[in-house]
Amino acid sequence: MAFGGRKPAAKGAGSGDKQGGQRRGLFRRRKVCKFCAERIDDINYKDVKLLSGFVPERGKVLPRRISGTCAKHQRALRVAILRARQIALLPYAAD
Amino acid sequence: MSARTYELIYILAPEATEQQVADLHAQVAGIVERLGGTIEKTDPWGRRKLAYEIGKHKEGFYVLHVINGTGELMKEIDRRLKVTEGLLRHLIIRVDERQDVADRARTKRQETSRRRRVARGLPPERQPGEGPQHDSDDDADVTYDGAEGEA
Repeated sequence: MAFGGRKPAAKGAGSGDKQGGQRRGLFRRRKVCKFCAERIDDINYKDVKLLSGFVPERGKVLPRRISGTCAKHQRALRVAILRARQIALLPYAAD
Repeated sequence: MSARTYELIYILAPEATEQQVADLHAQVAGIVERLGGTIEKTDPWGRRKLAYEIGKHKEGFYVLHVINGTGELMKEIDRRLKVTEGLLRHLIIRVDERQDVADRARTKRQETSRRRRVARGLPPERQPGEGPQHDSDDDADVTYDGAEGEA
């Protein structure tokens, strides 16, 4: 089965990661692909509420290394975000 | 002919009158009918804030159609909408393929879950009061290095 694809790689206890914050070097919360965990099969470009969680302030697509999204869903997510931008549901770039 | 499903979204200028909205709808419906398609659903979202300004507009009037038809039909609609005035944006997306993929994924997941449940000697369907949904193998992963307890 899709073992490899579903597991977001566990991060080593490296230092200097933005997300680590105060508990750097301790345990890092394991990141799980939101779409796998919640069984979202169809990442729809009309679902602004869902997509906006993956679009930080600047308007870019949140990278996988931050969000923990698996490769399969990151691709689908990207397409959805691109479409949403076309019809002004999401910004291309903010300020 | 292969039946395909498309979504058509267009954005009208916010100051469009109801008459204009109805006119455009009639125009689209006319093309669809002429080329042998059907409109499955029409959903006017209404006025909505745009994520960025288009021209001088900060808002737009969104309308969503779900249309069954051929590629030629959608091409014709696309061509027509491109030259329609007062229309800020439009987008045509084919949805049937994506839908199939999603359906298949769901079916597969349900089957897997059923098979595993049977293998564990449980009834194939979830019973009420079984607690939160967990997928057996993923579950093990999450607790594995989730040193924070609720990871």
